[in-house]
Amino acid sequence: MPEKSASNLVAEPKSPSKIRSPKRPAGTLYRGNEGMWSWVLHRITGVAIYFFLLVHILDTALVRVSPEAYNQVIETYKTPVMGLGEIALVAAIAFHAFNGLRIILIDFWAFGAKHQRAMFWVVIGLWLILLAGFIPRQLMHVFGG
Amino acid sequence: MSLIEAPRTPTRGRRTGGINWEKWGWIYMRASGVVLIVLIFGHLFVNLVAGEGVKAIDFAFVGGKLSDPFWAVWDGLMLWLALIHGGNGMRTLVNDYATNPKVRNILLIGIAASTAILILLGTLVITTFDPCPAGADPALLSSICEGR
Repeated sequence: MPEKSASNLVAEPKSPSKIRSPKRPAGTLYRGNEGMWSWVLHRITGVAIYFFLLVHILDTALVRVSPEAYNQVIETYKTPVMGLGEIALVAAIAFHAFNGLRIILIDFWAFGAKHQRAMFWVVIGLWLILLAGFIPRQLMHVFGG
Repeated sequence: MSLIEAPRTPTRGRRTGGINWEKWGWIYMRASGVVLIVLIFGHLFVNLVAGEGVKAIDFAFVGGKLSDPFWAVWDGLMLWLALIHGGNGMRTLVNDYATNPKVRNILLIGIAASTAILILLGTLVITTFDPCPAGADPALLSSICEGR
């Protein structure tokens, strides 16, 4: 295509597998852009899930106290506010899970480190699909008759 | 001998020999993470998505589940893997952000203690749980308790 090569002053490398050096300081795998933000989100969702886990073990331990004690506490999980909280919990878990798989692929597979940016958007895509399935279902359970 | 310490000089000396715990911790996070994805997504599906979702959860629901060895093992594995995974993750954050050695040690001891106590508590609950406690209101119990 002559038009394209004329307008494109920087020659495209012949081999697509060759890594081009950036024109200006660019992010690395862990600094800036998708690499850094996935790391930030992984930490935030991890801490949130951890504190929920602590509470969840304690509330489930109430089955050892009495049926009444357990039912009374678990009833609060069925309120509208907690119903929305469960959506936030599932959103955090799903991101942490999918991004965790992305981290494993980066660590153990050369393809993973090279395509970490694309894989971040795959993570976001899978996350949106999972939430698109879960949120309506959860709203039906919590707010439906 | 220079007066200024080289940047990034480790506070502790370089490890010589012995078990590389950091390496095994790193491997544990990935191995347990893969298993936890299966366990937690399964747990969320059965408890939040299937049937009536969160509204179906009560003592009878948990009693019916935990009296089945399959779910007892499932929940026990989830307890151990998730708490150690979460505790080790929190340890990483404390090591990254707690710059005061005293504060860091207190936080690390707190994480280790809460992890140990909750694993012990959770394991005792799963192993000693009675889905049909004597003298309980039969209306609150699982259908497996009928005729006992």
